Amino acid sequence: MPPKLAVWKFASCDGCQLSLLDCEDELLTLAGEVEISHFLEASSMIAPGPYDVSLVEGSISTPADAERIRHIRRVSRRLVTIGACATAGGIQALRNYADTEEYRSVVYAKPEYVATLAGSTPISAHVPVDFELRGCPIDRSQLLEVISAYLAGRRPGIPDHPVCFECKMRGTVCVMVAHGTPCLGPVTHTGCGAICPAYGRGCYGCFGPATRPNLGSLKTWLGSIGMSRPDVDRAFATFNVAAFEEQPDDPP
Amino acid sequence: MPWILDGLADLHGALRADGYTVIGPTYRDGAIVLAELASADDLPYGWGVTLEPGGYRTRRREDDAAFAHSAGPQSWKPFLHPPRVKLWEGRRTEDGGFSIETEEETPPRYAFLGVRPCDLRAIGVLDHVMIGGAHPDEAYGARRTGAFIIAVNCTEPGETCFCASMGTGPRADTGYDLVLTELIGEGRFLAEVGTGAGAALLDRIPREEADEAVTEGALAEVAAAADRMGREMPEPEGLRDLLAGSLDAARWDDVASRCLTCGNCTMVCPTCFCTTVEDVTDLTGEHAERRQRWDSCFDLDFSHLPGGSVRTSGKSRYRQWLTHKLGTWHDQFGSSGCVGCGRCIVWCPVGIDLTEEVAALREEQEERRD
Repeated sequence: MPPKLAVWKFASCDGCQLSLLDCEDELLTLAGEVEISHFLEASSMIAPGPYDVSLVEGSISTPADAERIRHIRRVSRRLVTIGACATAGGIQALRNYADTEEYRSVVYAKPEYVATLAGSTPISAHVPVDFELRGCPIDRSQLLEVISAYLAGRRPGIPDHPVCFECKMRGTVCVMVAHGTPCLGPVTHTGCGAICPAYGRGCYGCFGPATRPNLGSLKTWLGSIGMSRPDVDRAFATFNVAAFEEQPDDPP
Repeated sequence: MPWILDGLADLHGALRADGYTVIGPTYRDGAIVLAELASADDLPYGWGVTLEPGGYRTRRREDDAAFAHSAGPQSWKPFLHPPRVKLWEGRRTEDGGFSIETEEETPPRYAFLGVRPCDLRAIGVLDHVMIGGAHPDEAYGARRTGAFIIAVNCTEPGETCFCASMGTGPRADTGYDLVLTELIGEGRFLAEVGTGAGAALLDRIPREEADEAVTEGALAEVAAAADRMGREMPEPEGLRDLLAGSLDAARWDDVASRCLTCGNCTMVCPTCFCTTVEDVTDLTGEHAERRQRWDSCFDLDFSHLPGGSVRTSGKSRYRQWLTHKLGTWHDQFGSSGCVGCGRCIVWCPVGIDLTEEVAALREEQEERRD
């Protein structure tokens, strides 16, 4: 029996699930190695669990979500979160720093029909997670690496360093040093292949904070090259806002 | 005997005719990078640079000098010691075993055109590390022994340069096939021979004998550059002892408050050589690869042992880097690991300046003594 793969969705835009469908050259091979048992974005066929690997997209934002993720954990041998929402709460975690009640009353015609939690939280805040794959969206090569690693019974080879490593290895001229373009690369987890700086733009931090980043030092420097403090704060308040907010002020 | 070359088109052409891939400085994305030069026209004529800690800007010069810029974002390291190398691949065989294939890639034959004296010394340091010991890296050796090196003496040191205090420049001493000195504003170059291969190449291209006055004038310009270094390494001869005696210095906390542990200093350093090895398998499990890639002592995984990383604080990682580069490198390889190119100062995103850190460590040591 091939291992069973399941894909689950919570509060998210579906972009990370699409990254799996986007594995065009490898999709048939993957389908030959695993039984895709639950992947509603691709097929309405559902095979019963338990599942060997569950890929979970999205953050927990409703009481029903909080229940459902516990069920998914129970029926999954390995649970891998895919993307910034599942790993850090996503851009919707901006509401963690605002009044959710006010949003609910303003946005919805019948707010009483909307059951929501006050915050948007990562999967790991609710159940144990075996691996967290970063990114908004995830990188499909990294996704294939994680699946390949589990199929082979080895640790996924996902590096744990900042984006700067990738820029230097691919020979990209540093946009911050050479152009004065603000860049979050020095404190952002690698994984995208340093795409933005290769096109002359600063890193937006889609993959969230690198392990033990020195945010305070970079924020001071961004100020010294001309960014206002509100702009600096806004730069960190995007797809991984909660993960950046959680970082200690002290240097690593 | 020194010669005068009128431009570098003939030199470039002769190298190409010999089958060399000519690598040299060229303008790209607001920087003077090292890349393949399709012709001598690709050289960054008329470009200068303005450097500061954490800052690099190109600027137009009033002349059309080709080599009036100091160290750029890369050294020659990526060509000799590439960031990513596939070591071997394995395939499952029908009898249930597996086969190992090592690609016998023919390394490109590089001609490095425009190696500054600091970088020339760096290649020597890297040679010692990579092929000078009991376990030489054969792939490095193949790329290195095939390389033809044309050094260019430095007449335009930058604001972050300190080769003079490290004893590595501004004039190239050994390790080149040819060395050029640009006669700025004339479009001509003084050429001196370092090896038989260099002499043979010069024999094939148009040139004039350089008279003594021109030679002396050009070399005087090089010597004068030593006084225009933007930085100085304080008391370089005492660095090994300074670092060995500074393990508990308070300065490490100060620098750690600024250090991003992003690893840029190690990536741009022309002598940092560390790599790690990654094994990957594909979805089918029929095919595996072992890959080598650059690593850095600033990466948490670099010191990962059972139980976790040994150097978790930024302080311990910066201290490791500087102590190895300037101190224990002497014990390990018999020289300093620093050649004074200043790249780690410029390309540090927050402008950490190792000459300043060394000066602070020195001051702290002296205070402790008093």
